Amino acid sequence: MAAYIIRRVFAAVLLLLVVSAVTFAIFFLVPRLGGQTLDSMAAQYVGKSPDPDVIAAVKKNLGLDQPLYLQYWHFIKGIVVGAEYQFGPDPVTCNAPCFGYSFKTHTEIWPQLVDRIPVTLSLAVGAAVIWVVSGVAIGVISALKRGSFFDRISMGVALAGVSLPMFFTGLVVLALFGNGEYVPFTEDPVAWAGSLVLPWCTLALLYSALYARLTRAGMLETMGEDYIRTARAKGLQERKVVVKHGLRSALTPLVTIFGMDFALLLGGAVITERVFSFQGLGAFAIQGVTTADLPKVMGVTLVAAFFIVICNLLVDLVYAAIDPRVRLS
Amino acid sequence: MSDAISKASPAADSVPAPRSGDDRPFLSVRDLTVHFDTDDGLVKSVDGVSFDLEAGKTLGIVGESGSGKSVTSLGIMGLHTSERARIGGEIWLDGEELIGSGAERVRRLRGQKMAMIFQDPLSALHPYYTIGAQIVEAHRVHNKVDKKTAKKRAIEMLDRVGIPEPHRRYEDYPHQFSGGMRQRAMIAMALVNNPQLLIADEPTTALDVTVQAQILDLIRDLQKEFGSAVVMITHDLGVVAEIADSLLVMYAGRCVERGSAEQVFYEPQHPYTWGLLGSMPRIDREQTDRLVPVKGSPPSLINVPSGCAFHPRCPYADVPPDNITRTERPELRQVGDGHFSACHMSPEQRDRIWTEEIAPKL
Repeated sequence: MAAYIIRRVFAAVLLLLVVSAVTFAIFFLVPRLGGQTLDSMAAQYVGKSPDPDVIAAVKKNLGLDQPLYLQYWHFIKGIVVGAEYQFGPDPVTCNAPCFGYSFKTHTEIWPQLVDRIPVTLSLAVGAAVIWVVSGVAIGVISALKRGSFFDRISMGVALAGVSLPMFFTGLVVLALFGNGEYVPFTEDPVAWAGSLVLPWCTLALLYSALYARLTRAGMLETMGEDYIRTARAKGLQERKVVVKHGLRSALTPLVTIFGMDFALLLGGAVITERVFSFQGLGAFAIQGVTTADLPKVMGVTLVAAFFIVICNLLVDLVYAAIDPRVRLS
Repeated sequence: MSDAISKASPAADSVPAPRSGDDRPFLSVRDLTVHFDTDDGLVKSVDGVSFDLEAGKTLGIVGESGSGKSVTSLGIMGLHTSERARIGGEIWLDGEELIGSGAERVRRLRGQKMAMIFQDPLSALHPYYTIGAQIVEAHRVHNKVDKKTAKKRAIEMLDRVGIPEPHRRYEDYPHQFSGGMRQRAMIAMALVNNPQLLIADEPTTALDVTVQAQILDLIRDLQKEFGSAVVMITHDLGVVAEIADSLLVMYAGRCVERGSAEQVFYEPQHPYTWGLLGSMPRIDREQTDRLVPVKGSPPSLINVPSGCAFHPRCPYADVPPDNITRTERPELRQVGDGHFSACHMSPEQRDRIWTEEIAPKL
């Protein structure tokens, strides 16, 4: 088991490096392949009326004229030890971990990310708890009482929940209950939860509908397995057969799906944040895209990629803990 | 060793003693029917099967896939959980009727008084739990013992069924066992509470031929040791040839022939049994011809053929007069001491065909 964990962690670190290289390439290599000149790239980092002197300075300070591998090296170095840009008359320091510097708003990216991560994290964790608990519970009951009134109603609602777009349900909720301001957890946990209840439920509705359907399908399949018959043949109480033998197997594939869903949300619940005017990572990414502020977009991309790699690592470890057959391979 | 095993731990939900004065056999199945209500119609998987089994004896139930063998055994165990299953008739186990009993009562008997081993031990064992944990679970459902005692008992059983290094293998998962080992572990799990009835549903089908023999030997040894009654379900007459005291041949959910193993093997009284014997490879005789399969395929259980269900495949369907094989269902009639057959042919016709046409070719 220890060897397995070390192997997975090592692979995750390697994957993060690859992701950073790919991200870097998307922002610095692909545009040049697409025909952009160094000047036009540099122009993206300054305001709308490009002054040739400023552009030349940006080009030099960003190192756009250097070979790509050196640029990548500086980029990685910046994350570890920080970076310094000669911009205009004053040098600008970007403290480690330097995830870039917005020349448009004259701000470092990392502190802004740090401000926004808790918002997105609060949103994602709360919603995840709600959708997993409700989705799995509804799915299990539906599967055990297949064809019953409860099954038909909950699967109908689930279908509606999957079909309704987030911006619609979100707006309905807003219209019904109004909007609250996000309150940091450290300030007032109760107000924090209060400010998040509506976004949680809105976000969870979509996912719990999906998870209810997945759980139901998984339970129906698992309860037909031979080992369930064996468990009954032992004389085990039906409750134990369902929970200990059925649910445990049925939940395994859900772990994988949950890991991906949750990781994607951590990269920013774009629509939810937008609808409820939360300043999370998703809103930050939108801001970066609409103002063509590349460092912001790149910063969010890297953080999102980091979450996805970490969640995948956790999924792999949880999987190995659940299914003993995984440990051998 | 065997002494330690036969003295089971004190039963928590112990089964009360059977009613005295009842001279029913240990297991008595009377007119068992198991029908399933499906969208396509009523599937008559088992349609009126009766048999008796004394303690310490072995009954072999043979027939093709879909003849109702497994459905019968699951019915005895009360394992038809589908809401669409309709079960009728009577099942008397040690003086207690099971079909009329509540589900909770039958659950308490399952794994305790009657136990079952299944065809494919890999899919019948839970992949996420260790072999040991699954045996311990089976023991602790019916016995109020602590984990340590249950573990000791489980290791004892693993040792008894011939698993080497049981202390170490106790911690293994099913996928770390070989096929034969897994079936041994299944047997250990089934026998952990000293059941008086063991139902084995094709226990050797998924195994290599050499392992098959070992598993059959093991079941026979354990049966001698514990004195339990065994129901052996198989489509392979070779499997039951050496282990069964009596045989029940099933076709399309009904019993077509029933008798002692000698009677069914040496004086079979039904064309379907002849077909099964003809399709069985024999190593004790010189091989003369190709094996002859029973022509055709098993009938639909929704639209069972009229008259004798076997008539579309029976080479002798026209031997009885008046087209009776197509219009009237043959009843199970006594043809010898404890020997029954459901066939329209007269005993003389059957004797002649058996001695002149069938027996010489076997």
